[in-house]
Amino acid sequence: MSTPYYVSAEQIRQDKEDFVRRGIQQAKEVIVLEYRDGLVMVAENPRKTTFKISEIYDRIALAAAGRIAEYEALRVAGIREAEIKGFRYYREDVTAKWLTNLYSQHMAAVAQAWDAKPLEIELLVCEVGSDDSRPGNQIYHIAFDGIYLEEEKYAVIGGRAMALREMLEQEYTDDLTMAAAVQLATRCFQAVEADADERYDITPRTIEVACLEKSAERRKFRRLSVQEVAERLRTDDAT
Amino acid sequence: MLELGDYGTSDFLQILKRRHPELLASPAVPPVQPAEIRAYEGTTVLAVVYGEGIVIAGDRQATEGYQVGERRIQKVYQIDRRSAIAIAGAAGPCIEMAKLFQVEVEFYEKTEGVSLSLEGQANFLAHLVRANLGLAMQGLIVLPLFAGYDVKRKCGRIFKYDAIGGRYEEDDYYAIGSGGKDARATLKKRYRPGLSRQDALGIVAEALWDAADEDIATGGPDFIRKIFPTMSLITEAGVSEVPEVTVEGIYREFISRLEQ
Repeated sequence: MSTPYYVSAEQIRQDKEDFVRRGIQQAKEVIVLEYRDGLVMVAENPRKTTFKISEIYDRIALAAAGRIAEYEALRVAGIREAEIKGFRYYREDVTAKWLTNLYSQHMAAVAQAWDAKPLEIELLVCEVGSDDSRPGNQIYHIAFDGIYLEEEKYAVIGGRAMALREMLEQEYTDDLTMAAAVQLATRCFQAVEADADERYDITPRTIEVACLEKSAERRKFRRLSVQEVAERLRTDDAT
Repeated sequence: MLELGDYGTSDFLQILKRRHPELLASPAVPPVQPAEIRAYEGTTVLAVVYGEGIVIAGDRQATEGYQVGERRIQKVYQIDRRSAIAIAGAAGPCIEMAKLFQVEVEFYEKTEGVSLSLEGQANFLAHLVRANLGLAMQGLIVLPLFAGYDVKRKCGRIFKYDAIGGRYEEDDYYAIGSGGKDARATLKKRYRPGLSRQDALGIVAEALWDAADEDIATGGPDFIRKIFPTMSLITEAGVSEVPEVTVEGIYREFISRLEQ
């Protein structure tokens, strides 16, 4: 009879964390910023149809860094659960906090399972507030193991999130216009790319931009076209 | 828990059919048999919007055929901090539905950390009514009248239902039950937008009086046994029941006016 091997819980957790960190390190980042009319999300993404930012429900969007396939399954599951809840109760009862808990529980369960690899993704669940609602804009940052943080004003996920967050700490100001917010995110990306070994050009074609607009009708989510992104990046454009 | 199993289905109806058949509009209807079940029924319950919120009220009598079954039955139940339900129909299933509804709403609030919106409550109640269709087809119908104060819109709102789960909103007032039509006739003549609390309670008392006058299954004020209709006020501050002595006072005054 073979002797059962022993690995400490601490060691298991550490191994999983290292494994995920190696995966996430290569993941391109997503920045979300609060601006005058809601939240704008900017991702480095040269692909044309594979998105990292997407619509979940009326006021809620999801952004991810990491493995697209894993993100995709969570994205669709989130939409489904949100639709069921909105249909059962009322559209306003579907909240980012609720969705965050759902993702968090799922990711924690996968990360703790002995026979599964943890998900190599980080998520941002964003909800735009209305003028009269008390919580206002909400940004939840969920790590691979389901642990989540509530972030204020801006948040970053991806490999070089730390460096980007430091830059935003310096440069972020309240009440940004959409153009100013997109430009700020782009400047941050350019700065981290300048330090990279293989330089990567940031152009309107290599970033993905979407926003949750407070002033929009029921569905607040809008994806900006390359044309619109180019317009926002023109430095003289203040709107 | 998040279910990933449905990946690849973009058909929402398919997902509902498999996972939540109770949310669909046409549940299986059992074969209809003529009702032989005897149950307490007969009612007038109503709701009236006034300046600060809404009044929800009901008589106290339950009947069994041509007999009085119960004189002090409670037909109005508080659901949330700012909502209440009044029920008409077969008493047993009615009370059961009100209880389940109250637990559902409270359970939601505790698990989610935020309260279910008034409209969310109204929609959920529609599912409960629809789930009762089988019993309704056998004569044990349950019809709620749902009222609450909407903190977002800052006004009282009324929702009525039909037996198959249809949900309809009424703007100013509504009454249901065997005496509902008579109560509505009074409310129609007496109702004015932006009523004061005093005036709203006055027309509610009068509408219930008229309903009891015309409908044998609705009980009027009973001065001997001291049984009076229940009236609750729902405002931004919450639900508060109007004390029995106040209701008695309103009726004494009403009768003295009738006698003049």
